[in-house]
Amino acid sequence: MRRMPHLAPGLDRRQVLKGSLTLGAGLVIGLRLPRGARAQAPAGGEFVPNAFVRIAPDNSITVLSKHIEFGQGTYTGLATVLAEELDADWADVRVEAAPADVERYKNLFFGVQGTGGSTAMANSWEQMRRAGATARALLVAAAADEWGVATGEIDVANGIVSHRASGRSAHFGELVKKAATMEPPTEVELKDPATFTLIGRESLPRVDVPAKSRGTAQFTFDVDIPGMLTAVIARSPRFGGTVASFDAAKAKKVPGVVDVVAVPQGVAVLAKGFWAAKKGRSALEIEWDDSTAEKRGSAEIFAEYRVLLDQPGLSARADGDADAALAGAARQFSADYEFPFLAHAPMEPLDCVIQMSEDGCDVWAGSQLQTIDQGVVAGTLGIEPQKVRVHTLLGGGSFGRRATPNADVYGEAAAIVKATGGKYPVKLVWTREDDIRGGRYRPLFVHRLRAGLNEAGDIVAWSHRLVGQSIVKGTAFEGLIQNGIDATSVEGAQNLPYAISNLAVDLHTTDVGVPVLWWRSVGHTHTAYSTETFLDEVIHAAGKDPVAVRRQLLAEHPRHLAVLNLAAEKAAWGSPLPAGTARGVAVHESFSSFVAQVVEVTLADDGMPKVERVVCAVDCGIAINPDIIRAQMESGIGYGLGAALHNEIVVESGRVRESNFHNYKPLRIHEMPPVEVHIVESKEAPTGVGEPGVPPIAPAVANAMFALTGQRVHRLPFRNAIGKVADQA
Amino acid sequence: MKYRLTVNDEKREVDVDPDTPLLWVLRDDLQLTGTKYGCGLSQCGACTVHLDGKPVRSCVMPIRSVEGRKVMTIEGVAGPVASAVQEAWDELQVPQCGYCQSGQVMTTIALLAKISKPSDDDIDGALTGNVCRCATYPRIRRAVHEAAAKLEG
Ligand code: FES
Ligand code: FES
Repeated sequence: MRRMPHLAPGLDRRQVLKGSLTLGAGLVIGLRLPRGARAQAPAGGEFVPNAFVRIAPDNSITVLSKHIEFGQGTYTGLATVLAEELDADWADVRVEAAPADVERYKNLFFGVQGTGGSTAMANSWEQMRRAGATARALLVAAAADEWGVATGEIDVANGIVSHRASGRSAHFGELVKKAATMEPPTEVELKDPATFTLIGRESLPRVDVPAKSRGTAQFTFDVDIPGMLTAVIARSPRFGGTVASFDAAKAKKVPGVVDVVAVPQGVAVLAKGFWAAKKGRSALEIEWDDSTAEKRGSAEIFAEYRVLLDQPGLSARADGDADAALAGAARQFSADYEFPFLAHAPMEPLDCVIQMSEDGCDVWAGSQLQTIDQGVVAGTLGIEPQKVRVHTLLGGGSFGRRATPNADVYGEAAAIVKATGGKYPVKLVWTREDDIRGGRYRPLFVHRLRAGLNEAGDIVAWSHRLVGQSIVKGTAFEGLIQNGIDATSVEGAQNLPYAISNLAVDLHTTDVGVPVLWWRSVGHTHTAYSTETFLDEVIHAAGKDPVAVRRQLLAEHPRHLAVLNLAAEKAAWGSPLPAGTARGVAVHESFSSFVAQVVEVTLADDGMPKVERVVCAVDCGIAINPDIIRAQMESGIGYGLGAALHNEIVVESGRVRESNFHNYKPLRIHEMPPVEVHIVESKEAPTGVGEPGVPPIAPAVANAMFALTGQRVHRLPFRNAIGKVADQA
Repeated sequence: MKYRLTVNDEKREVDVDPDTPLLWVLRDDLQLTGTKYGCGLSQCGACTVHLDGKPVRSCVMPIRSVEGRKVMTIEGVAGPVASAVQEAWDELQVPQCGYCQSGQVMTTIALLAKISKPSDDDIDGALTGNVCRCATYPRIRRAVHEAAAKLEG
């Protein structure tokens, strides 16, 4: 996901804003993540200097995160930034999810409350710094007033306010009562980054780790409310199909099944517990109406896209005259690429709990787009958005899947609550099969790349055509389409950084009934692959070195260049390797973070690449938490590698072939290479790390495979090109 | 049907269908939600518990086959091996989303109880059935070695 310039159609702005006036206050389940000694639950008397922090008389500091934590480290990162400016003692800091409240907690890049596009840190950086600095200023003012000294003579460190001359000091907690009465400053001074003590610290532990190592962290799947029923939905096996008729008699006989109701998304079975619900669903007899369903399969879609590759699309970029330069080039190259649909498969399948109450309803979920999720629940139930209290829980992964412009799982859960008259609290869960077959995939894409070399072997022309579905068309995020071009379709291709004077990018946006979505690093998942492997192909054909040529072409892009140089240096690019091992390189910018990776690859017995080592260099601006940055690079590399090696969602006559982890194979521990991460020192404002580790890994591996075998992989996943026999499910 | 079993050293009785997997008995009947559902097909290891001391996938273990046996879940594990593993998990900052980690921890505890100083191959062999979509694998590997070292020291 990317910056969203405005609140787009599909959402009623007035309603949303109105919805923000009330702070949700219902129960909060298991969200407090204590650090160090567990503070007593604040029993009032808290100092609430702004929307992002509360300080209690017992010194505990609660940071409110407007962004969901689903592994990327947001809770820790945001709290670090605030605690830094507050000069807090890190042991006193804990983090709580902010309620849904678009006014206070909107993503400053989206205009709605939500997390995505690796923007959590980037959009919150100034905001959290100011929130911390403001709170600090009020504590200082309180101390100065109490002690009758000037604020300028007061120091703050590690949660203690002190006055050197008199030797007086006080913990934050002792000052909260007074601080709450002080006039907030209109201007606050932010720290000189050179004086940061928490930001950039090597060993600042995540706030959520102890609970997650001990099974006490609470996810939506774990929510239990008295009287709650578990619901599963039977959905059309074909996207866009509807229920023609159904017979619930057998399902209702399954012990534990309490109710069966029709909802717009299919037929819902409600039961006491998961197992009964699932058995009840299997016992349903349903006639599906496929008249409006998508009946094409991947093969037909690929065939239609290939035809479009021969026709010019809508121009996304045109520098110079690529066609003429190609025609006049000494040597010409062309390659077609094919990318399958991909499922996100977060470890925790989708889920949502809703309970009606007299004054509205409470929603517990790993909400990634709180404003939209809240709006959809409100719309479905016919209540005011401010009456929908969203309690954002930890998410068991997302990779984009929990951010749906139509709030799919929320709409379903609300529809069940509505159909059952709000009689029961409902926990809607998706099975893994529902997750793999439920759509919202990374769109299937084909690309055609062409390049021309002059006599000296320099690239004089580059043409890139893409064919695929738009992710945002027809959604609340449609504002991302400019002049007919969905930015998420061409990102990474349209802004190719290489100095090539004749460069064209064009796009065909297609209409397919398979629902699609942003998949960890979005368009970059395919554009980095095609651009970085094709460039490599052309460089090899010119008999040149892949790093040397990239350096030349990136002379005007210092941040790209710096990560490339760092990765190449740390990997000892060009040094001899054992026989049977080869290197590959790729560099790519996404979401304003820059990543280069050099991999070393050998061949496994089945012909598949075995990645022996990954050297990764990243520039994400000021490094808030170096260990989380490393962890996110490792994670992105594993996620991208698994998909490139194994994954495709194949639709056959409108039905999804894959169903669970046996045939949509996740990367496993024995396939995970050692990863070394090197962070470029930077004074730039911080940018995200959740996604940017993903794009370079697949092309780097493909480039190493070519160096090793001479084979180019133009169609993902790798197993289709090389590992077919050994890896077929 | 009524079934008796020992869960985390406590005797429990549940009244469920004979084919109900242990996972759902733990989660829905006994409110022990530290054990997770990830696939229901013995493919991901999120549901790993110890049955009579051995790691099993509780999502494919019908309750009728557990009658009278001893189940240990993430909520109940204790002792030097469990502590070493969980401390190593903290030190290496293993978890990301955390959803798979109960299973990773339970498999690792069982591994270290059997092999006190596992090699990388032993680790691969034991943990290949535990999926982590966040790919925390490099840290899991380091943390297993670290836990083994702690126990040795
Ligand atoms: S839930 Fe049991 S192995 Fe996946
Ligand atoms: S930590 Fe997210 S699945 Fe393992």
